[in-house]
Amino acid sequence: MRVRRLAAWTALPLAVTLGLAACGSGGDGGSGGSDSSAVSIQIAEPKHLVPTNTTETSGAQVLTGLFSPLVDYDAQNKPYEVAAQSITSSDNKVWTIKLKDGFTFHNGEKVTSEDYINAWNYGAYAPNGQDSNFFFEKIAGYADLQGKAPKAKEMSGLKKVDDLTFTATLSEPYIDFKTTLGYTAFYPMPDAAFSAPGVLKDSYEQAPIGQGPFKMKGTWQHDSKIDVERYDAYPGEKPKVKNIEFRIYQQLTAAYADVLADNLDVLPTIPTESLSTAPTDLGDRYRTSPMSSFQFLAFPTFDKDYSNPDVRKAISMAIDRDEITKSVFKGSQTSARSFVSPVLPGYRENTAGKAGEFNPTEAKKLYQAAGGPSKIVISYNGDGGHKDWVDATVNQLKANLGVDAVGSAEPKFADLLTKVEKKTPVGAFRMGWVMDYPTMEDYLGPLYSTNGSSNYYGYSNPEFDKLVKEGSAAKTQDEAIAKYQQAEDLLAKDMPVIPLRFGENVFGHSSKVKNVEMDLFQRVNLVKIEAAS
Amino acid sequence: MFRYILRRLLQMVLAFFGTTLIVYALTFAGQGDPIQALAGERPVTPAQRAYLTEKYNLDQTGVGGFFYRYFDYVKDLLQGNLGESLTGRSIGDILQQAWPVTVRLALIALAVAIIFGVTAGVLAGIRRASIFDNSTLVLTLLVLGIPTIVLAPLAQYFLGVKWQLFPPTAGSDPTFYALLLPGIVLGSLSLATALRLTRASVAENLRADYVRTARSKGLVKRRIVIVHVLRNSLIPVVTFLGVELGNLMSGAIITEGVFNIPGVGFNLFRGIRTEDGPLVVGIVSVLVVVYLVSNLVVDVLYAVLDPRIRYE
Repeated sequence: MRVRRLAAWTALPLAVTLGLAACGSGGDGGSGGSDSSAVSIQIAEPKHLVPTNTTETSGAQVLTGLFSPLVDYDAQNKPYEVAAQSITSSDNKVWTIKLKDGFTFHNGEKVTSEDYINAWNYGAYAPNGQDSNFFFEKIAGYADLQGKAPKAKEMSGLKKVDDLTFTATLSEPYIDFKTTLGYTAFYPMPDAAFSAPGVLKDSYEQAPIGQGPFKMKGTWQHDSKIDVERYDAYPGEKPKVKNIEFRIYQQLTAAYADVLADNLDVLPTIPTESLSTAPTDLGDRYRTSPMSSFQFLAFPTFDKDYSNPDVRKAISMAIDRDEITKSVFKGSQTSARSFVSPVLPGYRENTAGKAGEFNPTEAKKLYQAAGGPSKIVISYNGDGGHKDWVDATVNQLKANLGVDAVGSAEPKFADLLTKVEKKTPVGAFRMGWVMDYPTMEDYLGPLYSTNGSSNYYGYSNPEFDKLVKEGSAAKTQDEAIAKYQQAEDLLAKDMPVIPLRFGENVFGHSSKVKNVEMDLFQRVNLVKIEAAS
Repeated sequence: MFRYILRRLLQMVLAFFGTTLIVYALTFAGQGDPIQALAGERPVTPAQRAYLTEKYNLDQTGVGGFFYRYFDYVKDLLQGNLGESLTGRSIGDILQQAWPVTVRLALIALAVAIIFGVTAGVLAGIRRASIFDNSTLVLTLLVLGIPTIVLAPLAQYFLGVKWQLFPPTAGSDPTFYALLLPGIVLGSLSLATALRLTRASVAENLRADYVRTARSKGLVKRRIVIVHVLRNSLIPVVTFLGVELGNLMSGAIITEGVFNIPGVGFNLFRGIRTEDGPLVVGIVSVLVVVYLVSNLVVDVLYAVLDPRIRYE
């Protein structure tokens, strides 16, 4: 009996401590009070909520509510001023940015030109490790802020003129600079964000202070939600709803179940598994709209199997794009036969020409004549839901070219890129692109320039580089577009990659909201959305 | 008894360091390029690569680099600092938020397993070969055969979306009611096993000599079953449930994902998916402690259930 009692007394406190240690901190997590009037929007846990450190959609979605950009894009995707009064330049090199009067940060601070200069310098200073660092590379003096021990802390190209005006001098003329200013990285940050000049407060990210239509309500509740409410002193177009809850989901399928049960208001991406049932599940609350994503198949042009452009063209002609978009993607993507997205000014249909047409007999002839490899491998990342379309493509290549073809999955896109960079033979590989701002340059420069940041296929054509450069330095938009289009024509000739599909926003909403619109960057328009009464 | 517990506690320390070393090694051995994984599908700028390499001591390569990072990690751990995840958040904070909700979920699951599993197991054990016994056996077979990854979305769709009996997802600060459905789904697997264990054990003990003695003394059946049979039959069940508690904590990955509960499993899943080594190791270290402690509790409970078991 003694032993038993002793054991009970020992076991009990152990069990209790375990339980208490576990529950001790409970309850204080997310008891912000659930406001039933709030509109809820699905996001994933953002990586960061600092303008210069946010490059993924979820973080950008939250920041579009908290900040107001210098420019936004109209229906033709041309930039128009929002927080800026005017953005002008006579030579496309020195840009004068005049701010609208009346903008205040959510803490009451007036927005001045210095807030922009400070924020941009913070983003460009390499030791701060900001994800959007390279967005500032066109500004003069950017190079001095790079490396382990940079020479300067401020870009020489940014100069304050008065409280509401500043100039940005670029290292080279760049006609699309105004367009780029709509990107997240170019938001201002208030003095309150910094603890010392150039040092961001740790707490800023937990409750970013912006100058946009919404302000933070409480702090970022990690893995749970981010609540914002309407900022009444916002001088621009007033939002229709008072509160927005960005609810964080780890899995889209969970969010989808919540939309079906009217438990969540907006789901910006329907999960692939539910694409076929969503139109019937949601009825007219199942929606699609244009988006800027571009899926393509890239070739290691340095590999002698794929170095002949005719081989690449033949492979392109052997793929029935329409069939795949219909059977695999249920029409949620459209076939691509050009190298830039249809949403852009300057887009032309079928720039890939004959190589974009599905023509199995011609393809086989061309492939054999060009001496293509007897086995085609298509590598993809296994974590991104690419297996289905790669398998379909591989089967088409087998049937139409009479070669052996297989899909090969890498665990992650990063693993694939590492292999490609080391020139490990992976065969052809899938790539995707989503624009940062609506210019043709954003599709051409990074992807195909000799030193392009995402040129993983070793494509190098001096003529192409020259045309893109001339386009950037052009005097007028029309002239720039003409140059870019000439560059695109070179791509059609060389085919370093073959265009496959353009994406669409495929989204759904509950019956409690209306006027749900999504932009080209996969973000819900927070000003337009309304509660359905 | 005291000496036994002390010895066990010392063993736990060894076991803890052994397991964390293995987990640490495995996590970092299987890792591709953590910096690229962190940046997602975007190219990493040299500036950023330099910044992250320095921050996470990734410039120390090879075996020496591994031990350098491991000892660095253990040093922090001994000071109660779990370090930072690759996204820059303190792992301690992440766990502090994730823990309570997972514990609540696991306790509900455990309660479901005990209340329904053990009760039904006892009934089935007493009435062997009855309709009740046979039907529970078939039912448990069915439940054991359906993996959680099928069961959870099905339950969510029918009970949450279609008939709207439960909220389809629970969220971060869920009510007991919202956690009930995920708890039942999570507990159903241990329920089936607990039921079968109890049934077998009860059936066996009913044939034991002491039961016959008790019966011949004229004791009421209810008293025989509850006081004599049940206590002796619970030893294997308690062993199972003790270990299962640890399983429920970590094994909630699928359930927490499906019902959007930002608990430990949810974070572990994210850590694995984004190759966030520090986060995975941090969570697993804590789970190791949970396992060790729940095992100790189970062993000590044996003595409560069966006085013949003594520890020296």
